[in-house]
Amino acid sequence: MNQNRLLNIILALYVLCIFVFIFAPILFSLVFSFNSQRFPTIPLGHFTTEWYAKIFADPDVWLAARNSLIVSVSTALLATFLGFCTAYSDFRYNFRFKGPYLALILLPPTIPLIIMALAMLAWLSRLGLSGQLWSIILAHSVLTAPFAMAIIRLRLNQMDPDLEAAAWNLGSSEWQAMRHIIIPFSAPAIVSSLCLTAAVSFDEFSISWFVSGLNKTVPVVILEIVQGNIDPQVNAIGTFVFLTSMTLVILAQVFFISRQVKSHS
Amino acid sequence: MDLDIHAGEFLAIMGSSGCGKTTTLRMLAGLDAPTSGEIRIGGELMNDVKPHERDTPLVWQSLALFPFLSARENVEFGLKMRGVGKDERKRRALEWLDRMEIGEFAERNVATLSGGQKQRVALARSLVMEPKMLLLDEPLSALDANLVIRMQAVLTRLQKELGITFVYVTHSQSEAFAMADRVVIMSQGEIAQVGSPKDIYRAPANRFVAEFVGRNNILAGRVTSQTDEYVCVSTPSGDFTAAAPADPRATGSPLTFAVSADLVSVSAEKPDSANTVHCTLISEEFIGSVVTLFLESVDGHEFKVQMQERDLIELDLCSGSQIWLSWLPENAHVLEGE
Repeated sequence: MNQNRLLNIILALYVLCIFVFIFAPILFSLVFSFNSQRFPTIPLGHFTTEWYAKIFADPDVWLAARNSLIVSVSTALLATFLGFCTAYSDFRYNFRFKGPYLALILLPPTIPLIIMALAMLAWLSRLGLSGQLWSIILAHSVLTAPFAMAIIRLRLNQMDPDLEAAAWNLGSSEWQAMRHIIIPFSAPAIVSSLCLTAAVSFDEFSISWFVSGLNKTVPVVILEIVQGNIDPQVNAIGTFVFLTSMTLVILAQVFFISRQVKSHS
Repeated sequence: MDLDIHAGEFLAIMGSSGCGKTTTLRMLAGLDAPTSGEIRIGGELMNDVKPHERDTPLVWQSLALFPFLSARENVEFGLKMRGVGKDERKRRALEWLDRMEIGEFAERNVATLSGGQKQRVALARSLVMEPKMLLLDEPLSALDANLVIRMQAVLTRLQKELGITFVYVTHSQSEAFAMADRVVIMSQGEIAQVGSPKDIYRAPANRFVAEFVGRNNILAGRVTSQTDEYVCVSTPSGDFTAAAPADPRATGSPLTFAVSADLVSVSAEKPDSANTVHCTLISEEFIGSVVTLFLESVDGHEFKVQMQERDLIELDLCSGSQIWLSWLPENAHVLEGE
């Protein structure tokens, strides 16, 4: 009993350390974003919103935010659509070369981003598509579709395979069964996938940097700020990006996990 | 296989798992396609008719209720697909839920219902379509024994009231015999026998059916002589007389017959009968009022006898007891084949 308690305390400490390790830098970034001093040193100066005012006044940041919003929303829609189609084809059909088909679909996240980014640039510029907003959207969709596929496939796994046939049996055409049964059943995973792919796209730097040309996204602008001058603007903008991504990821978790628990109760 | 299903009958298709009984049902619903042959419903060729264009609702073994819908929405589903208006389909769904005695649960999510209640939702969902034929795939297999008996009563009553055809697939002999007008016994994708439950129980067509249904003693031997009424057979367990089969057999040809375990009598002294075997009691299986004795003849053949518990007490048997079995020639039923 005592030993168990000791073990529990050690485990709790361990988890705490992990959280500190992950979140301390972000927390510092948040603190320094409100600090009047130009360099991140302790003791702190006085509280200020100067850096926030500065980035809000910067038209480049607004443009990048707009670009990032367009890219991440479009990517989320496109990647989730692709992911849903792949997950459903895997769930429903058996065909020759299904193994290689699935392996290829799940491949992109395993490729180092820098390689993928270079390849994307080479390919898209050859097609005359580089430097456009939607070249980033295309590239991001390739990168994030496998996540969408994995999330939606997991949800379809929980579905009684007879459900779809039961819908046909009650007079639904295949499209009606898709609309009334498969999509409602997958809805939590679809929402979850939309949030997650948007978050990944919103944060992604390498590919954006290579293929964006003049249409910079937020991470690309952050790099430019860092390269130009070290000042706490970066902390301010970083805090924003962090909050956006965390919100999306947490939403994704809420939708997915709450449904998982429900379907088991 | 070649099978005619009569309009308005309760037909049970029975067989062990993998015999093709569920596939037969799925072909009727259009969910599986026959590799060859024709399926006709009401005279109309169905081979190329899509599942959703058929009027063959199926009650699934898994029930396959839509988990994100309420009981009422589940029942309404088919009507919605047929384009029935909102008020009309709600009225009909509630009517059926009431009829299945679960009206009070109409707005509950199906996941929160008990097994028996889900079963009733599944039935209502199919029957609200007012089909001419209802397909049922082992619908009671997930329920506990008491509930099975109750649902059997519900099903037979419904079938009589609606006057529609029920095609009921099961591996359970008690379910098939309790409800069906006719029973089909399937084996390896073929029909082994079709008949009333009584016919199948008392006159199994072949060895497969005799082994599959009930408790039969099966003896194989050769024909020694034959009259219009009886046939004499010599087997390793002794010489026996059986009721003559419809197709006369030549003397010396192989013949197999079955004697139902409940038609065999037991006595301590050798009885005066055409068919007697001397056996040793191996074990007994007690399941309430009926007891099954497992015995072995001198040549090692296993015999089974079913009798009332109260009759057994008078015999005062224990394992190893020597007793005589006997049965009437007319209760020995000759099977098709060798």
